[in-house]
Amino acid sequence: MAVQLYRTLWRIGEVLDVMPETPRTKSLVLEVPGWEGHKAGQHVDVRLTAPDGYQAQRSYSIASAPEDERLVLTVDCLEDGEVSPYLTEVLMVGDKLELRGPIGGYFTWEVKDDGPLLLVAGGSGVVPLMAMIRHRAAVGSDVPARLLYSSRSYEEIIYRKELEALAAQAGSLEVIHTLTRFMPEDWSGYDRRIDAEMLAEVAWSPNESPLAFVCGPTPLVEAVGTALVGLGHEPARVKTERFGATGG
Amino acid sequence: MGEGFFSRGFFGRPRRHDERLPPGQYLEDGFPVLSAGPTPRTPLEEWDFSVVGELDEPKRWTWEEFRQLPSEEVTRDIHCVTKWSKFDTRWEGVSVDTLIEGADTAAEYVTAFCDGGYTTNLPLEDVTDGKAWVAYVYDGEPLEPVHGGPARLLVPHLYFWKSAKWVRGLQLTTYDIPGFWESLGYHNHADPWREQRYRGD
Repeated sequence: MAVQLYRTLWRIGEVLDVMPETPRTKSLVLEVPGWEGHKAGQHVDVRLTAPDGYQAQRSYSIASAPEDERLVLTVDCLEDGEVSPYLTEVLMVGDKLELRGPIGGYFTWEVKDDGPLLLVAGGSGVVPLMAMIRHRAAVGSDVPARLLYSSRSYEEIIYRKELEALAAQAGSLEVIHTLTRFMPEDWSGYDRRIDAEMLAEVAWSPNESPLAFVCGPTPLVEAVGTALVGLGHEPARVKTERFGATGG
Repeated sequence: MGEGFFSRGFFGRPRRHDERLPPGQYLEDGFPVLSAGPTPRTPLEEWDFSVVGELDEPKRWTWEEFRQLPSEEVTRDIHCVTKWSKFDTRWEGVSVDTLIEGADTAAEYVTAFCDGGYTTNLPLEDVTDGKAWVAYVYDGEPLEPVHGGPARLLVPHLYFWKSAKWVRGLQLTTYDIPGFWESLGYHNHADPWREQRYRGD
């Protein structure tokens, strides 16, 4: 037993583009020779090496769809972080980046997993869900999908324009935003943290048995997971992933 | 790959050279939470703990009975596969040695099973001889649900996904049955000192 079928190898990718998404967030577009593909929702481990051999590793969610030619990571810069400030402030086009993956086989969605697809995100927790949204769009799936997305402010909504464009297409994704700190004067959307009442309005009924993916900081994931189960959703249909303030 | 590779412009934090930190890990002061689904909340009056499978007589304790078992206080460093380590975490719980004491078994493996359906597999020798506990107190307080309360397995010498949250029992087996993460590409054994994160490491 316990046969090790393959290794998850370290690979060296090249940075093709660095795209600002929000004031704190950038997307890194990478060319990774030998990359064998991924499922939407998976992540990679990134490893940085200093001149004296010191290394630091962290995990980052993949933002691109499996169908995309390039691998895209979206990284939130944590103030006291060691790796994320390097990735967002130092790394530039032409640099090399060492990584391995894809990693994680549970928090993933493919079109054949069906739906309805309920995506609930807080902050940069939207990244692995965006890979699912892009995958759904890339293959022209008509699986009903809703994204409920909590951000601190309008400016901090990651992928805002792309989400607007996707939501404007026929028969497609529904995007519902909530802002928790700062709202534009003419804001008419939700203006509070995600709660059971909001989920009752936005989520499908438990009878429709949506498949839920919840990603964000622990308080959001706890609140949403508890509320969905409280509303009658099957716990096994609620998949969670968390981004804590873990020094990234 | 990676030999001789440097990340341009990366210098890292001041070096700690901490012998307690396994390779690829960093020190964390908080206690991050990770889990694959909603936090289960089983009422204590419905909670029980059982040892089943390959043994002469299955064992079962209610919460009240479990709390009457001799407990131990242990302070250990813990290491999560997501790279954080936390030093000197303080726990109280029942040693797995106590739970399987007197059992007549030919088992060589154990699968911990949990509320929510999570499982993890371990060689029996990794949970015996004072290496593992079923813990219900963390840092002097009842273990919170987000951290696995009312009780979680504690196997501090392996990556922390082996320390299954919301544990409800142990299944003794003569063969190895890969658990939840072990079936999804993570390493079967998970020794942080050998950096056994993923399959094949």
